[in-house]
Amino acid sequence: MRVPARIYATETLMHQMDEGVFNQVTNVAMLPGIVKHALCMPDGHWGYGFPIGGLAAMDPDTGVISPGGIGFDINCGMRLVRTNLTFDDVRDRIHDLVDGLYTRVPAGVGARGFLKLSDEQFRAIAVRGARWCVEQGYGWPEDLEHTEEGGSISGADPDRVSVRALERGRQQVGTLGSGNHYLEIQVVKPEHVFDARAAAAMGIDVPNQVVIMFHCGSRGFGHQIASDYIQSFLPLMQRQFGIQLPDRDLACAPFASAEGQAYFAAMKCGINMSFANRQVILHRVREVFGDVMGRDARELGMEMVYDVCHNTAKLEEHTVDGRRRRLLVHRKGATRAFAPGMPDIPRRYREIGQPVILGGSMETGSYLLRGVPSGQQAFFTTAHGSGRCMSRAQAKKQFHGKQLERDLAARGVYVRSVSYGGLAEEAGAAYKDIDAVVAATTTAGLSQPVARFTPIGNVKG
Amino acid sequence: MPYRFLDDAPLADVGFVASGDTIENCFRAAADATLAVMLANPQALQDRQHRTLHVENHAPDLALLKLLEELIYLKDAERLLMRLTHVQAGEHNGRWSVDATAEGETIDASRHRLSGDVKAVTLHRLNVQRINGEWQATVVLDI
Repeated sequence: MRVPARIYATETLMHQMDEGVFNQVTNVAMLPGIVKHALCMPDGHWGYGFPIGGLAAMDPDTGVISPGGIGFDINCGMRLVRTNLTFDDVRDRIHDLVDGLYTRVPAGVGARGFLKLSDEQFRAIAVRGARWCVEQGYGWPEDLEHTEEGGSISGADPDRVSVRALERGRQQVGTLGSGNHYLEIQVVKPEHVFDARAAAAMGIDVPNQVVIMFHCGSRGFGHQIASDYIQSFLPLMQRQFGIQLPDRDLACAPFASAEGQAYFAAMKCGINMSFANRQVILHRVREVFGDVMGRDARELGMEMVYDVCHNTAKLEEHTVDGRRRRLLVHRKGATRAFAPGMPDIPRRYREIGQPVILGGSMETGSYLLRGVPSGQQAFFTTAHGSGRCMSRAQAKKQFHGKQLERDLAARGVYVRSVSYGGLAEEAGAAYKDIDAVVAATTTAGLSQPVARFTPIGNVKG
Repeated sequence: MPYRFLDDAPLADVGFVASGDTIENCFRAAADATLAVMLANPQALQDRQHRTLHVENHAPDLALLKLLEELIYLKDAERLLMRLTHVQAGEHNGRWSVDATAEGETIDASRHRLSGDVKAVTLHRLNVQRINGEWQATVVLDI
């Protein structure tokens, strides 16, 4: 190991982590150029290469870039939208709202979005991300200000992306995907606002307010970019770069090499496609709410709170042992959580810290957090969700999708899913306790809770 | 059934072991397992479209990875779900070459019970080996 490994968790959460987490975070600590420590967040679980919840900051001159430290689903992330609506306003319309969302935000295997994009248009999305969407009328200008990187990361180069990746992703803008991806209508109960000042600044300011949260990424486009580069790095690692690692899932290239730079530029295309995907989904969400509630989305106050990435590698400046350093920060299933006053935070949140959106299971709830100064210890990073503690295979054996759907309905959560099997895999008991994850991030000084959201309607991929 | 799903795959993924008396049948079983992850009623899949596939690699496990990636590509780019009906694999000068025929059809949600959307074939535990005369492939798919 070149640096120590550090896992943030309570004793209970640590026991829920599978052994793979410990092996993988140890392996990450062996990567060339890693700085300070290899980290794993409290929602961590076994991934491939890096654990989910893993973080590694690399020296850009001596370190590597690893697709396994970012994930196949490049810029998988969360978006949160506020409304002026209360639970009473939507109580009798929840079926119409969820059914409308289910229809207009395609999910599951083979789903295609409503945008019929030419190759040229899709390449423009890869370069400009959500900014392209807003220019085409799929969103409001202020949406960009409330998206990490302004919804468009610079340096993306579609010439570094394979034709196959472009073909896989071109018709998927505006689709949810499957697995743990979802679109949820939630309510903020007054007793679940923990930081009223921060909540108000984030637009959470109405008792029993309705919000919309969704979780998705760069679809087949990002998956193919990751697959392509993992396979291209494999034969070069030892032969060309002289890198030997205990796990080939950690396939990597020196960041400063031509190969490393090519992946970085391609991966940024995945980041931008994902921002665009969530932007187009937001456009459809506003349409559905406007149609069902009979009022314009502006009138409904459907402003974006924030959009955060949790599968990226980005160049950032951090203080390490008293020295400012430019670092390549890999976050895989981990969320950036910048502290108050940091320059990359939207003006509106500059005094309170960057909003962080933590997606929980459809049975339990989700959180809005904020970054804090003590987050510096972890390169200003916190958890990304509740984190699985049961395999998909086990969850499918233990739970039944139809029964789960009925149980949720009885508890006031109306769910539409493409697949009952997929629904069973996402049962609440397959995940760690999100309250415990949030408590662990708070105790560790990684982030502070702002509000907790309770699901009332869910579209599952 | 020449494949079984693993209980000990990474929590968010799906793993399986596929087997066959020949490497070709083992690869066909791996393709069937991949299809079964995406389609809960694979028996409903009709053979309406054909594609010929060709992949090469120095290692048989990476050749299988590339073969399964072809099926995932067809799912996203052409909305085709496919099984392999014919596979021919061989090693020449240290390089594995696989030719296959894929048959299937365009996704039809009215007949197909769709399940998990496979993102990618991972390198995690990826392995193809011959054990006691039987070929076995271990594969973990990212979901």
